[in-house]
Amino acid sequence: MIKLTINNQSISVPAGTTVLAAAKKLNINIPTLCNHPDLCVAGICRVCVVEQTGARTLIASCAMPVSEGMDIHTNTLKVRNARRHIVELLLSEHRSDCTKCYKNQKCELQALANEYAFGDTVFLSLVEDHKYNIDRSSPSFIKDDSKCIHCQRCVRTCAELQSISAIAVANKGAHQKISSFLDRPMSHVVCTNCGQCVNRCPTGALVEKTYIDQVWDAIYDPEKHVVVQTAPAVRVALGEDLGYDPGERVTGKMVTALRQLGFDSVLDTDFTADLTIMEEGTELLTRLKKILVDGNKELALPMFTSCSPGWIKFIEHKYPEFLSNLSTCKSPQQMFGALAKTYYAQKRKIDPAKIVSVSIMPCTAKKYEADRPEMRASGFKDIDYVLTTRELAVMIKQAGLDFRNLESSNYDSIMGDSTGAGVIFGATGGVMEAALRTAYEIVTGREIPFKNLNITPVRGMDGVKEATVKIEGCTDDWKFLEGAELKVAIAHGLVNANKLMKEVRAGKSPYHFIEIMACPGGCIGGGGQPIPTSMEIRKNRMKAIYAEDEHMVLRKSHENPDVIAIYKEFLGKPNSHVSHELLHTHYTERDSY
Amino acid sequence: MRKKGLSKVDLIFEKVDPKEVLTKAFKMTSDGIIKEMLDSGLKGRGGAGFPTGLKWKYTAAEKEPVKYIVCNADEGEPGTFKDREILDKVSYKVYGGMAIAGKAIGARNGIVYLRGEYSFLLPQLMEELESFHKMISEIGYDFKINYCLGSGAYICGEESALFESVEGFRGEPRNKPPYPTTSGVFGKPTSINNVETLVTTMMIIKHGAAKFTELGTKDSRGSKVFSVSGDTPTPGIFELELGMTVQEFVNEFGDGDTKAVQVGGASGFCVPRKKFQNTIIGFEGVPTGGSMKLFNSSRSMYNVLHNYLDFFVEESCGQCTPCRVGCQQLLKGVEKVKKGEVKSIYLNELVKLADTMKIASKCGLGQSVGNAFRTIVENFREEIIY
Repeated sequence: MIKLTINNQSISVPAGTTVLAAAKKLNINIPTLCNHPDLCVAGICRVCVVEQTGARTLIASCAMPVSEGMDIHTNTLKVRNARRHIVELLLSEHRSDCTKCYKNQKCELQALANEYAFGDTVFLSLVEDHKYNIDRSSPSFIKDDSKCIHCQRCVRTCAELQSISAIAVANKGAHQKISSFLDRPMSHVVCTNCGQCVNRCPTGALVEKTYIDQVWDAIYDPEKHVVVQTAPAVRVALGEDLGYDPGERVTGKMVTALRQLGFDSVLDTDFTADLTIMEEGTELLTRLKKILVDGNKELALPMFTSCSPGWIKFIEHKYPEFLSNLSTCKSPQQMFGALAKTYYAQKRKIDPAKIVSVSIMPCTAKKYEADRPEMRASGFKDIDYVLTTRELAVMIKQAGLDFRNLESSNYDSIMGDSTGAGVIFGATGGVMEAALRTAYEIVTGREIPFKNLNITPVRGMDGVKEATVKIEGCTDDWKFLEGAELKVAIAHGLVNANKLMKEVRAGKSPYHFIEIMACPGGCIGGGGQPIPTSMEIRKNRMKAIYAEDEHMVLRKSHENPDVIAIYKEFLGKPNSHVSHELLHTHYTERDSY
Repeated sequence: MRKKGLSKVDLIFEKVDPKEVLTKAFKMTSDGIIKEMLDSGLKGRGGAGFPTGLKWKYTAAEKEPVKYIVCNADEGEPGTFKDREILDKVSYKVYGGMAIAGKAIGARNGIVYLRGEYSFLLPQLMEELESFHKMISEIGYDFKINYCLGSGAYICGEESALFESVEGFRGEPRNKPPYPTTSGVFGKPTSINNVETLVTTMMIIKHGAAKFTELGTKDSRGSKVFSVSGDTPTPGIFELELGMTVQEFVNEFGDGDTKAVQVGGASGFCVPRKKFQNTIIGFEGVPTGGSMKLFNSSRSMYNVLHNYLDFFVEESCGQCTPCRVGCQQLLKGVEKVKKGEVKSIYLNELVKLADTMKIASKCGLGQSVGNAFRTIVENFREEIIY
């Protein structure tokens, strides 16, 4: 243990602890900006400088490990002056249109300015001296360099968490900027639109592209029938933007709020999550049969899940030779979209041209996915607008709803029923768990032998998880699987996906089925979720997802009554011709840079 | 005691038999070599002036099996060109110094990081390196040197940015600690020394520390190569004993009308005429990596300052706030003061900013921008304003 004093208070901390962390233990707050709990130390904004007795310069507390006998002062005149200067300098290169900014009141620079740099501006504005670029090319987010304060959180996110580096630092000195390959627009580089950078940007330099106004317009248009679907992970995170603690489930209130906002029908993506399990589970079993029994050489294992549009774009860019390993299933959002303007329209006797389909997603990549040319199976754009969890919170505030005091209510019918299996899609390992619950039962006729159906080996925050399920007591149709060991793996965060994919490329992957989610923690840590994010926050959301599952009466996708009904009335059976038309898709090879 | 006045020395460019010196060095123990360096009082010749013996001692103390000795030949400070001359004339002594350092710290590998603009020297340097490798193996010693070429960024002369560049990354300074002696290039313990420092170590082995300490002062032992430029009838490279005053220097090199000397380049200090007499060139006064620029009364110190600030605005790596934005503010600030668009009192605000940059920047670049700024603004305020 290392002993030191901070503001004359002694503390002992393990070697390697930073001064910042030690101060935190003493409840001494040191402001930070470039620092982020998910990322490596940068030590570049210098907002966190403190005074160390005897040192020639101030030290960056986020980057300085403690040493024996250190005497630190966090609030001296020298520190205050430097801190004020640093915040003023950042403000001088930041286009401060705060009152109009999407991040107004949620901006970390604004908060710092409020504390350390109020009053007269000290320095000259540099904003006009630079030719800033505002990149609106991505359907998912906007990159506004005039608001960038060069903290490089986005750069570190893209490199460390996602192993992509679609954005990186270019140029030096006054011309230094966060840029893409050859300065190309974000729509034309390897960006997966995952939005993890958006989640970590302290200012308005990276924000989702918002479609709030378009959705309001649709709601107020008497000609339109506006249906909304909500993704599993939204219900466990929306509360954070409305004054709740991380991990509080607000499902019922959210449904009521959506209805009060004026959506004509409030439906659940969980329904199509269950449907995905039927389609994808069947696809996996069929693939296994074709490969193992029929000796089909064209089909490949392992099979990958296809729910995460960030992951899809990643594999299209980085591992296009394995596109045939991807499940052909559309994501639940897009299955929903295709059905809303066909099945739902028919059942409700509404002209599909008049349906506006909105989805609330924890995700920015979903905005991109909805725009893909393949996603028009209904004859229309299957999903018209995708809003993030954050945007929904904005709409709720705009409408003046007293969210905390709303009554809970249930989803509308037809495509509103769901099971616990659909809910857990929101957490890493959830698709795998839901698939195993159903597939095992299809093959053996019995429930998967885990206590309370909780398949714990596939849960949790480990970057790569694996499990083996021994299949015993198969029904006659599936005898060829008797005694087989189904090997599965799960990765979340593209840096972990990359690890698994390298194994696959090297021909060393032992798995039959791999679930991959682009974002850390799965959708609960999605790029459209409330800001801030951290491991602790994601763990709380994850806990809430599994609590939601436990509280459901039905916990297996094949027991969802709406799912049973749709196969009976409309689709026939899983992987049927109609299913293939509406619920399955294909992929596109893309450049690797 | 140092002799009064200015005396020229011939140590760095003195012709020696490298085989003889190295044979002597390789017979010494690591501790022996380090003790000799500590006794000599040699401080780094790149500008920062860290005691060379201490640097080697710390690196030697690391337990890692792989260590590196890096020669910093990214000579980028405006107004210095002495390393180019040294490499051109006596590269074998640079290699020799690296081998001695290698012996001291336990490194079998050396890297010379050569300024990109000096690539024209490379064919000759490689040839000389080949003979050096041959000679070393004749002595029966295992030591290998490789070259790495810079790409023109000033910041890559900063040691940790240099490591990043060698490793193939953007040349950006790292957080310290860990210091290079613990974790340098490729994460291994590294001693990084300036070209001239390495040559000096070889000469200390040849002549002995005692002989070396006869030159210079208590805080600035030995002699040093100066790059003299500006308003002087005799520009060029001169090796001088340390400890002279600026006045003595100006008497030798000035044109009779010298109003200021910029000691240590853009990141150094401006000494005005009224302070020539009382300012010693060395670690007790104004330290320098060798750059000495003389300005006579025909020069506008505003233009001098503007030129330096322009340089830093370009050459800051851009990662830390005080340096990236601070440099731009200083430049824009003096421009606006000059044009009368802001009040001259704004200069006081800018001096405060320069002070913040000195204590809050991440690396030596940002920390030293304020040196020239403060000394020029304080001594030539009227030239900045009017």
